Amino acid sequence: MNRPGLATACVAMLRRDLTLAWRRRGDIAMPVLYALIVTMLFPFALGPEDTLLQRIAGGVVLVTVLLAMLLALDAMFSSDIEDGSLEQLVLAPQPLALMLGMKILAHWLTTALPLIVIAPLLAAMLHLPGAVIPVLLLALLLATPLLSLLGAVLVALTAGTRRSGMLLALMLLPLCVPAMIFAAGAVAAAQQGLPWLAPIAWLGAAVVLAVVLAPLACAAALRIALDA
Amino acid sequence: MSSWIPLWLHKLGSPPTFYRFAGTLRPWAMLLALLLGAVALYGGLVLAPADYQQGDAYRIIFIHVPSAEMSMFIYAVMGVAAFIALVWRIKLAEVVAMESAPIGAAFTFITLITGSLWGKPMWGTWWTWDARLTSELVLLFLFLGVIGLYHAFEDRRQGARAAAFLAIIGIINVPIVHFSVNWWNTLHQGSTINIFGKSKMSWDMLWPLLTMMLATKFYYAASLFNRVRTDLLALEGGKDWVRQIAESEARS
Repeated sequence: MNRPGLATACVAMLRRDLTLAWRRRGDIAMPVLYALIVTMLFPFALGPEDTLLQRIAGGVVLVTVLLAMLLALDAMFSSDIEDGSLEQLVLAPQPLALMLGMKILAHWLTTALPLIVIAPLLAAMLHLPGAVIPVLLLALLLATPLLSLLGAVLVALTAGTRRSGMLLALMLLPLCVPAMIFAAGAVAAAQQGLPWLAPIAWLGAAVVLAVVLAPLACAAALRIALDA
Repeated sequence: MSSWIPLWLHKLGSPPTFYRFAGTLRPWAMLLALLLGAVALYGGLVLAPADYQQGDAYRIIFIHVPSAEMSMFIYAVMGVAAFIALVWRIKLAEVVAMESAPIGAAFTFITLITGSLWGKPMWGTWWTWDARLTSELVLLFLFLGVIGLYHAFEDRRQGARAAAFLAIIGIINVPIVHFSVNWWNTLHQGSTINIFGKSKMSWDMLWPLLTMMLATKFYYAASLFNRVRTDLLALEGGKDWVRQIAESEARS
């Protein structure tokens, strides 16, 4: 039997997930709307003073993006579990970790990328200085893959359970502390005119580590969760 | 070399043997825990001199430090048991890992409460976003996450394996969290007790502390044995040895 190559399988996986996401375009808009509304609530809650909003803008955008991603994370494997295609993926001859890596990439492209695109708007709503916005985008560009990869492992663990939304938050948020500290640290340093490369470099190192380890952990977790 | 030690360990891994073993040891562990705990409390609260700077307020460390040490010790035990459970699929290791989590969460909670009681007069605040405090809080959430995931599954063994995996992820993450928060902000004093080299603490204060650490270990053992025995009975409900225990108890 002529088995298709690994690259072909990866591309097919990615295309399938992106097509599925595109067929339900409304779902892509949801996290973006959520982030917009949450950001809008902060000036209402804290008062519209420019200086206060400027000081908290970076952190608010990061936390809002994190929460929006958390909301979208639950759906990463759920439709595939319902129609049984995830079990087929586990049985497939291609390495499961690589296929899951592609699924995580597709999920990142459809949920995190739109959030990064509107992040300058969110930052501008809170009067973040224009010079800091590139650093914020860089921090988000490195922090969001970390959250997607870490989240994927935990979503895989809860794959066999029913109500998993709150549980996912309880498990994921403590593990996100380092990503949040370094991303917010970079933005705060840039805002004060200090060098911001060190926290960005730490984030980059963490992403490299997660890209290697998380798909493997995700595959192991999925095998545990589906092994009923 | 004699081969009876590995053989005995293998036997101990079987639920009925461990049930009997834990049942025999549990009262002794509890007795030692109460005895040592009482001695340590007397030594710490009555015999030890007051601190020249902190006065009597420092005495809370006789609860705080052993609890903090236990919270990490239990997480380590849980991690090792989780690893054994995942690699060799030993049922007893799963039960030990899962039943350690609530005890560890309780010790972590006590650490946070006593720490904040002490922090109010000393630092002037109940809570501060310091590295050790934040790491301890994250540790509490990790314990709670493990407990939550374990109970989210309908099949208990599957839940135990999933939660064991989460515990191992946590073991990798706790040092990263601690390091990153340390980089971010720190106020808590460094450690005073040094295993290698001279401790920066007078012996009058040190011995009750060490005794209390021993007492909490025994308490953990007693509590764990009790919980594991209960869990084993529930898990092995249909097996013959459980029926024999139930019948002998019904007769007496």
